[in-house]
Amino acid sequence: MSVDTTAAARSHEENWKAILELAVEEVFEIMISCRVKPAPISEKTNAEFTAMIGLAGSLCGVLTVCCDAPTARQLAKGMLGGIVTSDDQVSDALGEICNMVAGNFKNKLAGMDGRCMLSVPTIISGGEYEFRSLANGEPLEVCVLFEQAPVTIRLDLQS
Amino acid sequence: MDKICAMIVDDSSVMRKIVERSLRQAGIDLEKVVEAGNGAEALGALRENQVDLILCDINMPVMDGLEFVRQMNAVENAKGVPVVMITTEGSESHVVEALSAGARGYIRKPFTPDQVKEHVVPLLGKKA
Repeated sequence: MSVDTTAAARSHEENWKAILELAVEEVFEIMISCRVKPAPISEKTNAEFTAMIGLAGSLCGVLTVCCDAPTARQLAKGMLGGIVTSDDQVSDALGEICNMVAGNFKNKLAGMDGRCMLSVPTIISGGEYEFRSLANGEPLEVCVLFEQAPVTIRLDLQS
Repeated sequence: MDKICAMIVDDSSVMRKIVERSLRQAGIDLEKVVEAGNGAEALGALRENQVDLILCDINMPVMDGLEFVRQMNAVENAKGVPVVMITTEGSESHVVEALSAGARGYIRKPFTPDQVKEHVVPLLGKKA
């Protein structure tokens, strides 16, 4: 019998969802000074802003962070200490959150030393799109409430 | 403490602001901050500015942080200037690669002002 040791399979065997939750909580607490806890995935996210970052190498897939526009602006304010002067800063801030969550997550995984690379972030503004990842594993999904609004973090991994 | 001139290299303008704020929160008296969006911009800015400290991301378009560190000593103004990498790339191999390239410190994102202070102040010598 063969043993499936792909990243997607490992993600479920080793409970990577808990690691992703911890990575998210740390980024929010350290960079935005906000303690967040996982919320039910059923919380509906109005995905007006989506940040995405690609992973390549020993982990192959995409991590996305999405939220509504007011929440994206509040996240940017939190990072910048209260002042946001442009929509570009909102996109930039959400991209950096996505980047830090992805980096923090992979740094917590054993055996990934230097073998997983991250792309630069991409931001989609506007919610009229359909997300289709070619990664074929079961996604890991985490939702947290930031100022009562849901922020959804999703990791799609290639098996 | 003397005032210092710092260069912050990151493709995210938000992150450049956060790094600057962290330096100030760490008690570092900044006279001037020079910003650059990638390694190539940073090399150009170094030819025009004398700085005391460089904080640099790794993953950037055009020229990444490791290549910047390898090339910066060719710029007269940059010789001996300490570089601290601030990056999401936290693996041991990345740390070794950065230090081998010439970086003097390594901070993983997300980071606190205390971590910035811990890594940066010892590099400033008498200026701190």
